[in-house]
Amino acid sequence: MPNVSHARELSQRIARTRRDFLRDAAGLALGSAFCRPAWAKAVASPSKRKVVVITFGGGARDQETFMIEGQENIPHLMSELIPQSSFFTQVINRGILGHYVATASLATGVYETFNNFAAVSPESPTAFEYFRKDLKRPSSDAWVVAPSNGFNRIGESSHRSYGPGFGARVILPKRLLSAATSTSSHDYQHLLRDNYETPYFTPELEGNEFELQQLEMILKLSVDDFKSHAQTLSSPDELSVYIARQLMRHVAPSLLWITLHDIDVAHAGAYSLYIEGIRRTDRLCSELWKAIQTEPEYAGNTTLFILPDFGRDSDEDAGGNGFQHHRTGDTLSRTTWMLAAGPGVRQGVVFDRAVDSTDLVPTLGAVLGFHASLSQGKPVQEVL
Amino acid sequence: MLPSDLKPEKFDGYPPEARKIVVNYLAVLRQLPLSFVPGLLRELVNYDFKFPAERKSHDRELEYLSTLSAGQMKECFHGFADISLSKQLEDFDWVRSPAQFVERLSAHLWSTHQLDNFRKVSNDYADRLRTAVPPEPPPIPRLGMSVIGQGVSSYSDPLFRKLRAHGAYYAHINPDNGFQDLLDAVTVRAKAHPTPYGHWYIDGGESIACDAALACVSYKALEPTRTVLLRKMQEEIDRPGMGPEALRTTMAQMRPADLGMDRGGGLHDEILERFEVSVLTEGSGTQIFSTVFAQWAAREALRRAQPLTLLVRFAPRQRQRPMNEMLSAEAKVPPELDFVGSLIDGDFAAYYNWLNQQRLPGAEKSCFLVWFEGHNQALAIGPSTPRGSESASVADLRQVLAWTL
Repeated sequence: MPNVSHARELSQRIARTRRDFLRDAAGLALGSAFCRPAWAKAVASPSKRKVVVITFGGGARDQETFMIEGQENIPHLMSELIPQSSFFTQVINRGILGHYVATASLATGVYETFNNFAAVSPESPTAFEYFRKDLKRPSSDAWVVAPSNGFNRIGESSHRSYGPGFGARVILPKRLLSAATSTSSHDYQHLLRDNYETPYFTPELEGNEFELQQLEMILKLSVDDFKSHAQTLSSPDELSVYIARQLMRHVAPSLLWITLHDIDVAHAGAYSLYIEGIRRTDRLCSELWKAIQTEPEYAGNTTLFILPDFGRDSDEDAGGNGFQHHRTGDTLSRTTWMLAAGPGVRQGVVFDRAVDSTDLVPTLGAVLGFHASLSQGKPVQEVL
Repeated sequence: MLPSDLKPEKFDGYPPEARKIVVNYLAVLRQLPLSFVPGLLRELVNYDFKFPAERKSHDRELEYLSTLSAGQMKECFHGFADISLSKQLEDFDWVRSPAQFVERLSAHLWSTHQLDNFRKVSNDYADRLRTAVPPEPPPIPRLGMSVIGQGVSSYSDPLFRKLRAHGAYYAHINPDNGFQDLLDAVTVRAKAHPTPYGHWYIDGGESIACDAALACVSYKALEPTRTVLLRKMQEEIDRPGMGPEALRTTMAQMRPADLGMDRGGGLHDEILERFEVSVLTEGSGTQIFSTVFAQWAAREALRRAQPLTLLVRFAPRQRQRPMNEMLSAEAKVPPELDFVGSLIDGDFAAYYNWLNQQRLPGAEKSCFLVWFEGHNQALAIGPSTPRGSESASVADLRQVLAWTL
């Protein structure tokens, strides 16, 4: 299979390049799986541990992020987060490169194969279902903050041994806002952008009473306060992060999954908007990390994972149009990265070995104490 | 149906030139695997509306395949033959609707984890074809020119960063009459080397008057077409059960007449009109952002028409607004423009214009120029231009072109 070995070689080259850029810019050391400090295990017991997963906004390429010319776009990652993290330079997604199906694959640890644009649940159990069923946790302990209507079934699979009743609660901030502003939505249109993957297809958002009840009962936010704060925000991801912070403060779920999506405006083809999206995502990741460190329920017992669901097409592949899409399936669009930070996770270390996208769920299981029995991946030992 | 079952009457619905070439090479098509033939037919069905360079490329490919023995054919296409297809794909009417088949094939390849393998066999085939039928070099070195930053009064960040390593940066350009000089250069080349669709002028705003020898496409001229298209898109989106894939299929089937295109005054050119429609219906973002329109039109012109000369001028695009609002055909007030964002878009798009030009035959002799419109900065790339250099010369664009070509 010469194409497989060629792809592997390209992935390794991307990983080495990332490592070299990070070593030069952030002074990181090359890590090994076999040397962990003694304090690494001195963290909270699994029952008190929390995990926050952030998917990094629709995928960004190295040349706009980790390479020399791109580092100006990710100052927070470079100077704040990466020095405090274990950084994996080679996370490979072997599945379908569509955002909903790829995020579902990340959340199940299995490469899902459903139609990316279909309103369906993942077929394999999600991390949320393993977590809740194995550890007998209530529904309030696992939440997903998702960017668009298409993600409303991400929290729960159709698997007959799990599925209904075991999933995460999914909050769609744009639906909330749509419901809250039903009579005056014009002032909030900039926060309701949706579905970048097919920019010319924008289903209307609809909210209902349930969402408004969520707002008041769970997030402890009055409609007026929510509307008033939303007016100070500039993008859908800012709205998502605002909601995530409310959740952290008032519900404090042990497993919180936040899918950022602003970067995916790249599908519209305007490079400046793509760069703006990267810079905003970088800032929002930093804000969430700071929130983790300052919220009493999270400080000192939370592991943060940040990873894109996949990359974007390279400039070299004539079949694509560079940054705009992720349609070629080339090595660059399949080879991404992951950052892990928190108690027990080694700081300022880079790992070059290949990690699979499906390894995330078993890793979350090892951190939180559940067994992802149907996942195709393996726990990433370096962060355990 | 399998390719081996193909018969001439199956192609009765094809336009005349397309039908002729397909029937001429039916013996070749019958030997090809199903994972390959519809992709070829998707191109051939539009043969009547293809640019000369595309036609020649298809002719040469088919002629080459017709020279292969049965054994060579099998060896050449075994990778495609090994791709596993579903019964639904085999049963699909791929002769009548090859583009829809290819869309379904793509989804099938992704979901069955065969995409990487398909990519590999496709690349191998393209390499083999290039070796067996080397593309002909252009009669003169190609020249690409990109003009960016229209309307920006000042900008202090460095420009042309992706291109600087490949050419000479000029910081003392005299901008007077700059755009007209570039357009004149295209006209001179078009008159000296007349070739159908060989010399192009693409404008992301309103084009200025140009010689009829140039293929001219502009965002502004297509405004009525875009309005009709946006209205049709909105109607489709509002239909119950309509999804993004169905919308894409519907858009791909749109023809100039569906969008009310009529150049009038004897200027009817269906090949160019179909090109314009394809830019608007197949490109993502081309309907709403002028910078994206200009970049995608340039990409497609280079890929398909392989022009000898291409001048692309980027104009300010509208500021980003919610997608629903941008897609609305019933704009009540002119949209606010994003000048600096458009400059950044154009700067990167110029890099893509150069990359796409370099993918064409004769790349080693090709020349390229990018200019910050109305300002003193430009960058030129040519076979004799020192790479990564910076020129202190005070010059106008005519002089820079003369030094570069």
